[in-house]
Amino acid sequence: MSSASSAGSPAESRLAILLASELRRQRVRATTGALAFIGLVLLATEVGGFDLVRLIGGLPRIGEFLDLLVPPIRSDHLVEDVAEWYWGIGKWLRLLADTLLMAVLATALGTLIGALLSFPASANLARSAIGYWLSRRVLEFARAVPDLVFAIIFVFAFGLGPLAGVLAIALHTVGAQGKLFAEVNENIDMKPLEGVRAAGGSPREEIVYGVLPQVMPNWISFTFWRVELNVRSATIIGFVGAGGIGLELYEALRLSYYDDAGAILLIVAVTVFAIDWVSERLRGRIIEGTAA
Amino acid sequence: MSGAIDQQARLAAALAAGRPNPWPRRLWAAITLSVLVYAAISFELLGQKFVDGLPRLAGAAAMMVPPKGWHHLPEWLWALAETVAMAFLGTLIGALAAVPLGFACARNTLTIRIIQFGFRRFADSLRSLDHLIWAIVFVRAVGLGPLAGIMAIAIVDAGTLAKLYSEAIENIDRKPLDGVRSTGASGVETIRWALLPQVFPNMLASALYMWESNTRSATILGIVGAGGIGYQLSDRLRVYDWGEASTIILLILGAVYVIDFVSARLRSHLIRGG
Repeated sequence: MSSASSAGSPAESRLAILLASELRRQRVRATTGALAFIGLVLLATEVGGFDLVRLIGGLPRIGEFLDLLVPPIRSDHLVEDVAEWYWGIGKWLRLLADTLLMAVLATALGTLIGALLSFPASANLARSAIGYWLSRRVLEFARAVPDLVFAIIFVFAFGLGPLAGVLAIALHTVGAQGKLFAEVNENIDMKPLEGVRAAGGSPREEIVYGVLPQVMPNWISFTFWRVELNVRSATIIGFVGAGGIGLELYEALRLSYYDDAGAILLIVAVTVFAIDWVSERLRGRIIEGTAA
Repeated sequence: MSGAIDQQARLAAALAAGRPNPWPRRLWAAITLSVLVYAAISFELLGQKFVDGLPRLAGAAAMMVPPKGWHHLPEWLWALAETVAMAFLGTLIGALAAVPLGFACARNTLTIRIIQFGFRRFADSLRSLDHLIWAIVFVRAVGLGPLAGIMAIAIVDAGTLAKLYSEAIENIDRKPLDGVRSTGASGVETIRWALLPQVFPNMLASALYMWESNTRSATILGIVGAGGIGYQLSDRLRVYDWGEASTIILLILGAVYVIDFVSARLRSHLIRGG
């Protein structure tokens, strides 16, 4: 017992020294990290013109603005007042339906093309170096440029209206989905592919039986998430004339028709709310279905 | 050879045996497909408008090469720095505000269901309007400039991150909580020593992910006057100055790559447990 402890003590003290130096190193690293972070925050505050006084001074104006958005509604004339507020409900609902269709169509197109491009863009599935490089660059470009920028360009090419919006959102979706799908593809187990190949499967069958069953739950999950994001995008893509309810909202705000702007904002928010809710439910159910 | 065919057949049979009744799924697929076809036809995606636009698009793309207007570079780099700063500060404020909100939205930390439900709907309503709409609201309140952009990003982020945080909080392992509580720790101490260590890396990773995505969003907020490079870009695009617009787009791409790279490095560092 005593011999064991005397033999252990030099080793123990060495361990103690090691631990102490490791702790010191960690503390130094944490302090430099914290200082660098504070420096970054200060720099960003300067460059970004963050001004707390102006912000606090402006906050009451948000209240005034929100107040403008809702017309006076008398409790004894509730139905008439709300009906007058929503005088344009027919037109707005039609535009809202357009907006949703734009989001769904763009998600479908973008996801399809993004999924196809995700195979050559995955390091473990790519068949040629050129294809890998090229598909990566295309996806990065499509993802990094916001859909609103594509929309401005497409309105020039295809004219005003939802076509430009659908193409713009779809193109951005290609990039976003392609990148996420490629990341999923790169994390799969390669053994099922070897199994399919050993059984005489073609490259297409390797994808269908070896890759898709592994990646589908994640792909579906990302696609629902993308629908939710694209619905939001579709509500504002009209700001530049690319279809949907956005133009109506933008014009109402620009021309100071605050009641209209408020009415539109409210139905947009409620719709996005509802879409998120449905999407969450469906996602859960479908992913359970594919897992079973 | 026949062995391979046999194996293939067995593989197919095994796959088929595990499948549920395919008809409900086929019905849903048919409905979805017809909605998509209807949309494609009504938006003239399958029509003359699309075909006519392609040469015009090619013309605009051709005029984007070579990128022009390099003498504006100092002005554009400043605007780009403003954009990056907006995304950084907006994400930071949103991520900080989302911490208390996230705890209030989680079922296991706020056990009064009605209040928890209310907080969750509040978080949902923050993220139900796009950045650009919030930017318009804040431009009215605090005037033109990046401050409006920062606040727009912060508001949407607070809602999105509160939702992600609350999901992380709800998915924790309960055992460390019981362990810490059994030593006589208070509620706050339990959160600090048993809950936070479990969710903090997750929270930080989500915030970094939002930072990446916000950098891309911030590049367009200038369209409504909320600061950053978006103003210059939309201005050039509006007058069809394709050469200068393509330079600005290249600058944006560069900035987005750098941010993505830094954020990906930080995230993988976090996941490895740095």
